[in-house]
Amino acid sequence: MSKKFNRTPLVNDLVVKFANVNGTGSASANNMFAKALFRMGLSVSPKNIFPSNIQGLPTWYEVRVNDKGYLGRRDGIDIMVSVNPQSMAKDIQEVVPGGYFVYDNTKPLDPRLMRDDIEFIGLPLTQICLDEYKDARQRQLFKNIIYVGALAALINIEFDVLTGLVADQFKGKEKLIAPNVHALELGFQYAKNNFNCPLHLTLERRESNGDKILIDGNAACGLGAVYGGATMAGWYPITPSTSVVEAFEKYCNRMRIDPGTGKKNFAIVQAEDELAAIGMVIGASWNGARAFTATSGPGVSLMSEFLGLAYFAEIPAVLIDVQRAGPSTGMPTRTQQSDVLACAYASHGDTKHVLVIPSTPKECFDMTAQSFDLAEQLQTPIIMLTDLDLGMNDNMSEPFEWDDERQYQRGKVLDADALENMTERFGRYLDVDGDGIPFRTYPGTHPTKGSFFTRGTSRDEYAVYTEDGSAYVDNMERLLKKFETAKQYVPAPEIINAEHGSSVGILHYGTSMHATLEAADLLADEGLAVDTCRIRAFPFAKEIEEFIEQHDTVFMVEQNRDAQMRSLLVNECEIDPKRLNKILGYDGMPLTAQFIVNKVKQKTAVTSNVKPLRRKTAGN
Amino acid sequence: MTYIRPEFRHPELPTNDLGYTKQNYEGSISTLCAGCGHDSISGAIVQAIFEMSIPPHNIAKMSGIGCSSKTPTYFLGNSHGFNSVHGRMPSVATGANMANRDLIYVGVSGDGDSASIGMGQFAHAVRRNLNMMYIVMNNGCYGLTKGQDSATADVGSKSKKGIPNPFEAIDLAAVALQLGATFVARSFSGDKKQLVPLIKAAIAHRGFAFIDVLSPCVTFNNNPGSTKGYEYVRDHLAATNTVDFVPMREEITACYPNQTSEEVTLHDGSVVHLCKMDDKLNVHSRQSALNMMQEYKDDGRILTGLLYMDPDSQELHENIDSAKKPLRGLTESDLCPGSKVLDNINESLR
Repeated sequence: MSKKFNRTPLVNDLVVKFANVNGTGSASANNMFAKALFRMGLSVSPKNIFPSNIQGLPTWYEVRVNDKGYLGRRDGIDIMVSVNPQSMAKDIQEVVPGGYFVYDNTKPLDPRLMRDDIEFIGLPLTQICLDEYKDARQRQLFKNIIYVGALAALINIEFDVLTGLVADQFKGKEKLIAPNVHALELGFQYAKNNFNCPLHLTLERRESNGDKILIDGNAACGLGAVYGGATMAGWYPITPSTSVVEAFEKYCNRMRIDPGTGKKNFAIVQAEDELAAIGMVIGASWNGARAFTATSGPGVSLMSEFLGLAYFAEIPAVLIDVQRAGPSTGMPTRTQQSDVLACAYASHGDTKHVLVIPSTPKECFDMTAQSFDLAEQLQTPIIMLTDLDLGMNDNMSEPFEWDDERQYQRGKVLDADALENMTERFGRYLDVDGDGIPFRTYPGTHPTKGSFFTRGTSRDEYAVYTEDGSAYVDNMERLLKKFETAKQYVPAPEIINAEHGSSVGILHYGTSMHATLEAADLLADEGLAVDTCRIRAFPFAKEIEEFIEQHDTVFMVEQNRDAQMRSLLVNECEIDPKRLNKILGYDGMPLTAQFIVNKVKQKTAVTSNVKPLRRKTAGN
Repeated sequence: MTYIRPEFRHPELPTNDLGYTKQNYEGSISTLCAGCGHDSISGAIVQAIFEMSIPPHNIAKMSGIGCSSKTPTYFLGNSHGFNSVHGRMPSVATGANMANRDLIYVGVSGDGDSASIGMGQFAHAVRRNLNMMYIVMNNGCYGLTKGQDSATADVGSKSKKGIPNPFEAIDLAAVALQLGATFVARSFSGDKKQLVPLIKAAIAHRGFAFIDVLSPCVTFNNNPGSTKGYEYVRDHLAATNTVDFVPMREEITACYPNQTSEEVTLHDGSVVHLCKMDDKLNVHSRQSALNMMQEYKDDGRILTGLLYMDPDSQELHENIDSAKKPLRGLTESDLCPGSKVLDNINESLR
């Protein structure tokens, strides 16, 4: 190793970033890299940073590795693996001083790009492939495998783990195993022969991953829909939600084919647009099936009118919103949490919708399955707010679980016998139990009893059209009561208190969890213990209001410009806005713990440690 | 005027094969304008379904928004109905149909609902060959908002306001034919004799059965100069055929002398018996239907009757190979793969 770098060896703490061209097959090699680290028992959090494009533009894959269980991003690239000349100048700049720039040196590097505070590691990837392979596509694909092999030597990835992954990947296509292992070896040997391996950044096996799994949130949602009993999906393709329904279809084709007839026990319709997608879901749910759709922000905008109908006419529906960045088309391949208000209050008139917010694939699975229960129990749309980071990136997660005794909660539905034995008049919108939830009937239940006309126009408790103001008000008040009832059904918040408690509390939700919990550790290391509260649903549980009351300084961490969850808290819980300090990261990249630490320190320093130079009036 | 229907019914009202009287198929009293064509269509739907002896709860009524879409309140009171969002009935009907393929879906829409705001959804329901009857109550104007021209108003046609419509009309029957509809008919609300058997055939048809029914708006579009008024339509109607719907295993009634007849057998064994007025139309050829419609239009006449049908059509469920039994009837044992399968999935993700 070069003498000019004064480095101390560091085990299991690094960020590797791959700079690729999209459409060149780099994804499977990069996934193999991340999965190998996962199988070595390390915490990995791979992030795809990709363009809204199919072929030819720069795409990156960033993997943070540690052995403390942290899954958030960390700033600073320790090793950049560059196979894309287009982005090379910028990629070189991203490497931290003392870090490494691994590149294809078949062509010499432009000397103007050189930095003397990082180390350049040249691998003749193109040349090796030219020598080894005749076919152009093979030359392109194996280039990716070769750099993974080289990394194995450079940072000590267990080679057996890599070959095991190759064997898994090509199960059923065994003749592809040997060439891939050979490509790994080519890279491994080149690095071994030409560099002083390993570098100062190395990996060591740990046993901390237990029975954890590695999967993207969208696939977990699709699987949750299978287990939750969904039989109908109406959808329209939109990044980053597309793979939810694709996963549902894949799992259904494996697990939902009727053994007797070979027919499908599910129906998936690719709609003409998002309006039709949610319309299909509402039609199917009205008719007694469990149905769902998946979309992203622009789709939510289009679905809003229908969501108002489902709210007002009280029809179950499940909508998975995989949030992306920005208004309009925004940054469609970047992550954000900026649909909170659009979903909570979707549609005109007075509307409120139940939101559930997962943070991990396990929660994507659980909450998707649970959403079908909630939708039918509450007879209203349930919107799951996930995001691109959780949905499209592989996330480490607790394994999925299912209780085989579990019965679907189908809610208050009168069957033919109940209708036959009913002596009083059936009132579709009658609050029989005092919880705001009326009874419904499915079409086709009874020849002469229980039918009603579902409509978005105002009606009385017997579903008869009326423009009587008091009947309208009574109905809207009942809907509020139902929303209150929802609090006891939705996922509870997750509160983690510091050992001796703290006067500082941090609220967070969804994918902000990873950076927030790591930030809490970092702050504790610096002597500032904090309590955290993860919001998992709207309407807000009482515990969330209490958490805010119990802390002198409260932060709300979220990934949008306008502090949308904070607005929802202020509005729904009548909290003084000054009580909620904003921590907002919305550049489209997942948050880092350091970002949160800095914001918390700024505020707590002002309020507790530092005496202001001059007294300010309210608002300070 | 009272909107409460008297409970009294004649004790010897005729019953259908199931023992139901026509009363069992009626709805609330209509609140549409007196003389509205839509009420006649509602009456034709009641008569057709009563005569077909379909249990009322086996029908689901679907509609969008507008005068036409209000009508499901006025027929089939023992059937569930869904008055959805403007122009979006096709998607709601699609979802409903996916959930339970055993029900019969009766969709009613208007020219605003289907030819403007809902044109996209209409087109896609047609091309998917969703198994439903889709009636457009076509009056060429927006009734509920007081008479604006709709997209089916003919060029030069004048509504009550007296201003000739400058825009080309959308002919939904022609559009449906081009989009691959498997049953296309046109009729007139004032011609129950033609409309009732058409509705029966449309219900028996497997796939998307479209009936464009000219249905004059007596309040806003029944004036001289309108091509959708009663007088104009009556004067310019030309029936291509009369239709007789014959349920399975029943005798076929005879045609009038000098007419050729054709029988089309449907998938369930029932028969549509056509008495042809015009031998030029081949009801199994889209091209023939489109040509004939254009020919009559050029001649200032409106061609009605059964224009096209494909008795062998494959509906959406068949095309996606979904289960024969209603999906909404499946339970945990059919739907949930269970914990063992999940354990295997977990293992594959490590």
